[in-house]
Amino acid sequence: MTDASQPDMQLETLPQERSRAMQLWGRFRDHKGGIIGAAVFLIIIIAVTIGPYIHTIDPQFLDIRSKNQGPSMLHPFGTDNLGRDMLAQVLAGGRLSLSVGMVAMALSLFLGTVVGLLSGYIKWLDGPLMRLTDLFLALPLLPLLLVIIMLFRETLRAIFGPETGIFILIVFVIGITSWMHTARIVRGDVLSIKNQEFILAAKSGGTREYNIILRHLLPNVMSSIMVSATLGIATAIITESALSFLGLGFPSDFPTWGRLLYDGANFLQITPSRVLWPGLAISLTVLSVNYMGDAFRDALDPHKVKH
Amino acid sequence: MLNYTLRRLMFAIPTLLVISFIIFALLDLAPNDPTGNLPLTIPPEVREQIRQSLGLGDPFLIRYLKWLHQFFVNEPLNILSQITGADIFESADRLRIRSWATRSPVVDLIVQRMPQTLWVVGMSYVVGILIAIPIGIISAHKQYSIFDQLGTFVSMIGFSVPTFFTGVLLIVIFSVKLHWFPSIYDTNHKVTDWSSLVFQIRQMFLPVMVLALYNTSQISRFVRASMLENLNQDYVRTARAKGVKEKTILLVHVLRNSLIPVVTVIALGVPTVFSGAIITEQIFRVNGLGQLLITSIQGGDIPVVQTLTFIFAVLIVLFNLIADVLYGVLDPRIRYD
Amino acid sequence: MTKLRLLLTASAVVMALGAATSAQAARGSDGELKILYWQAVSILNPYLSGGTKDLHGSSMVIEPLARYDEKGNMVPELVDEIPTVENGGVSKDLKSITWKISKGIKWSDGTDFTAEDVAFTADYCLAPDGGCQQRAYFSDVTKVEAIDPLTVKVTFGVAKPFPYGPFVGSQSPILQKAQFKDCMGPKAPECTDANFHPHGTGPFRVTEFKPNDVISFEANPYYRVADEPHFATAVLKGGGDAASAARAVLETGEYDYAWNLQVEPEILAQMAQAGKGVIVSSFGTQVERLEVNPYDASAAAGDARSTKQAGPNPALSDPAVRKALSIAIDRDLLVEAGYGEAGRSTCNFVPAPDIYASTKNNWCLKQDIAGANKLLDDAGWVMGSDGVRTKGDARLSLIFQTSTNSVRQGSQALIKQMWQQIGVETELRNTDPSVFFGGDPASPDTFQKFYSDVEMYTNNFDGTDPEKYLAGRTCERIPSPENGWLGENISRYCDPAYDKLAAKLAGTGKLADRAEIAKEMNDMLIEAGTMIPLIHRGDVSARAANLDGVRMNSWDSQLWNVASWSRKK
Repeated sequence: MTDASQPDMQLETLPQERSRAMQLWGRFRDHKGGIIGAAVFLIIIIAVTIGPYIHTIDPQFLDIRSKNQGPSMLHPFGTDNLGRDMLAQVLAGGRLSLSVGMVAMALSLFLGTVVGLLSGYIKWLDGPLMRLTDLFLALPLLPLLLVIIMLFRETLRAIFGPETGIFILIVFVIGITSWMHTARIVRGDVLSIKNQEFILAAKSGGTREYNIILRHLLPNVMSSIMVSATLGIATAIITESALSFLGLGFPSDFPTWGRLLYDGANFLQITPSRVLWPGLAISLTVLSVNYMGDAFRDALDPHKVKH
Repeated sequence: MLNYTLRRLMFAIPTLLVISFIIFALLDLAPNDPTGNLPLTIPPEVREQIRQSLGLGDPFLIRYLKWLHQFFVNEPLNILSQITGADIFESADRLRIRSWATRSPVVDLIVQRMPQTLWVVGMSYVVGILIAIPIGIISAHKQYSIFDQLGTFVSMIGFSVPTFFTGVLLIVIFSVKLHWFPSIYDTNHKVTDWSSLVFQIRQMFLPVMVLALYNTSQISRFVRASMLENLNQDYVRTARAKGVKEKTILLVHVLRNSLIPVVTVIALGVPTVFSGAIITEQIFRVNGLGQLLITSIQGGDIPVVQTLTFIFAVLIVLFNLIADVLYGVLDPRIRYD
Repeated sequence: MTKLRLLLTASAVVMALGAATSAQAARGSDGELKILYWQAVSILNPYLSGGTKDLHGSSMVIEPLARYDEKGNMVPELVDEIPTVENGGVSKDLKSITWKISKGIKWSDGTDFTAEDVAFTADYCLAPDGGCQQRAYFSDVTKVEAIDPLTVKVTFGVAKPFPYGPFVGSQSPILQKAQFKDCMGPKAPECTDANFHPHGTGPFRVTEFKPNDVISFEANPYYRVADEPHFATAVLKGGGDAASAARAVLETGEYDYAWNLQVEPEILAQMAQAGKGVIVSSFGTQVERLEVNPYDASAAAGDARSTKQAGPNPALSDPAVRKALSIAIDRDLLVEAGYGEAGRSTCNFVPAPDIYASTKNNWCLKQDIAGANKLLDDAGWVMGSDGVRTKGDARLSLIFQTSTNSVRQGSQALIKQMWQQIGVETELRNTDPSVFFGGDPASPDTFQKFYSDVEMYTNNFDGTDPEKYLAGRTCERIPSPENGWLGENISRYCDPAYDKLAAKLAGTGKLADRAEIAKEMNDMLIEAGTMIPLIHRGDVSARAANLDGVRMNSWDSQLWNVASWSRKK
């Protein structure tokens, strides 16, 4: 292929891309679990986005006289030990937890996939990249966090304000400390795939390296990536709660699902609803993402022929 | 392959040195302090004297080299003379790595904590793998069957509900309400006969359950996904067309080819057995290596944290190497030369 | 809450009855005592680790000459009486104190306890490069000498109106010379065996020590009281968290005693309903307080941040603001939400003992939102459209920092809401306790650096004498970059009149006069609004319902009288 032929090719591929997307969507739609997962996920997103406009109690408002209440008309999910409304907290917490979970997961998935693909496919990068992975696996997480917070919190707070600053910090911290598993797994898959016939065929056919990686390798390691993605969201949401428990996450007056669950654990016998709802919210999110991932993988699977 | 392994082992030494330096620098930079947990009634001047007596007044590089010398020369010599029983290396005079909180040699602490960590965390890992692989295989073979759906549901719940919650929940149900299992692990307990073994199993049951649920969930997902991937490959279709028995296809051909991500996950997991399960160990007071690590981090006990993390790093490098070798065994097409 | 109170009253009655019946039990007749400390004991030598848990653990084995009982009175342990000026034990010039050791006291290895051991203990702590953590107890000590085998004399370089520092209380117990003589100075940490298995005069001796995990004890056969301890063996298990420790005593009954249960009161009350154990509490001198930063703490001040060079704090330098912040807080509500029976509202820096507690500042006990608003209005702080008051460029917007701890975060949230009602905006921040209290000069988050406007924590003084504690608020004790941020005067209070009083207190011998001066100093601090006391905090622990003899003590180790604990028959 010469450079001159490039524009033509792009013109050619455009309609092709569109039909490919249609095809993908068609396959996705056939997957019942995927559709249900997507629906539940959408409901959760809608609930946390517009929920606070319907249930207008301030999640931060303390009404100490109505503390530790069970579900009632006024407080459908009950209240916590300082009299804060649990429904409002779960809704507000969902915004933070979902965004932290998604963004951090995306970051770690991106890092992990890139490192995994490169070190699996390009031989001279394998050594250095994998030793870097070993280093990150070995670093003690807590001191690392303390150092990162110490070095960057004030700067980020000054630039983005307290809330966004901490958000960026947390997403970054979770992202860069959780990509290693994905990288190792993707690399292992790539190592076994890259010597298979169809890759060799593509190579000898003169396909460019990045095309081989994107068109041939990536779809074939998708199933592992999808599992990593679902597990990654759960890990990110829970890691966030561990961070705030250590005083490294969001300030204590910003509820998140993980934190609500953590704070509620000791109140298990007094107000079970305090742990039920945040726990359910995390589980439902993870389950729905999992089913969507399944459907997505099936739709992408190059071997799956429509019968 | 042997050549590759040797080359990797050679390369591991500088890697580990670099890692140990970075960990040391990180711990030095971290703002927590060994006097942080002392009562505020101890005046600031005394705190400063305590810091000096711990050697914090020395320059960073000196402290690092001291640690390196103690770890790579003094401690191995000490172990050697303990094994041979003779004090041939004058190890009594050699400075050992000492914890700042307990003032005892770090290696002794680690040895003391190994049994409970291996019992609880190690066992939960074994249990997890043994359950996860069959579940993964069946789920993949009968995709979207009731078994698969149920397996997916349980494992996703198991992974998404954190151990700090499942631990408390199990204690409330099984210790408080039913009185079936103790909520506190007795590290002084010694297994000598049948009844003490039963007691050991009872006290291990809850923490092992909590951890195994988590491990099973994770591993079974990878087994399932990887099996599914392979079940759609051409070679399976060819084998089926040739009339090879389904069981053989599944357990010999597909499983073998699906194990690569599984081996990766397990190899990543085995070193974490050593670093213990911080939260679960805390909840059940197993007081193994995980609890040692977290109390040392919180207490700013740098010698303990440094030594533990470094041993952890050695294991990571080692097990990732084992995984790489296993790739070659599982899939002869993988070559590293 | 009332339920909890009821339980506590009931437990007090049970305790009184129990004490009467259990006196007859013989040594070692009650089997095993199981104690749970959620912070595990690291070492049994309090001179090498001053952590509360380590002091308590070692108090079962090694003892001081005298200690404090649950009312804060000094009681003789290894001596016949407490030396005073009246009985000639303390010299007229207050520069020396002579202790007379009781006859017949033996170490747990069977050897005699002598004055040499006492003198050695002082040498051990004062040896250079040892990093002795209780050195403050030996301040101004010039000489400790054994006059005869049962007499020891401590000489001070200055007059000591309160000479009961060395060898009194669980912080400075006596070590055995024979065991520790080769462990002086830099060699101290290397004596692992001695540090883990000290010989003592106490009721128990160590059989096995697993650092940061569990200690096994057996009754000391040489203990000086014939029928004590009543338990033959004891275990001191560590690890975990406060809530699960409470559960192990109150709900599952696996343990007999659990220490320091700082969890939300309703959780404890609910657990106590199981009837397996009772909650016990007592009060010492701990005060949860807000320190108010008089200097500019914003990042804009650069290196001078939170020091005099940074200039005054735009909001908090106004006395009206400080007073308004104090009276806007409903302390009773903070107690109810986070402390229950283990807290009382207070307006004092020195809340106890009774003779030192001032009543002059009780105006702060009652929340007065209207009064606070009026104060701010009068001082020219105008309510803005966003609900935050301003005056010129200054805005009543504060950063409020504390250590990470679920009760503290609850209090933070409550205070934030109370201050909102008077037009003060608050940004909450919490820091890991090992960083916050760690004092690392490189970290911006330590409580000494105070890079925030308001911070909350607890402090107290050991024993019953507040002289040193009050002296911590003099000008020279202000933390600053020049002294490496070392100093107790967190709120950077500086008043020459106060410093003069501190010097006067150090030279006054009569108790009544000392109390008057101490109260005056306390009132100066509160009146200046430099610190806002919130809660006089107690200690909460739990004991099994069938454990007798527990006398909860905040002035000394909670295990101070473990020898007379017994199992109810």
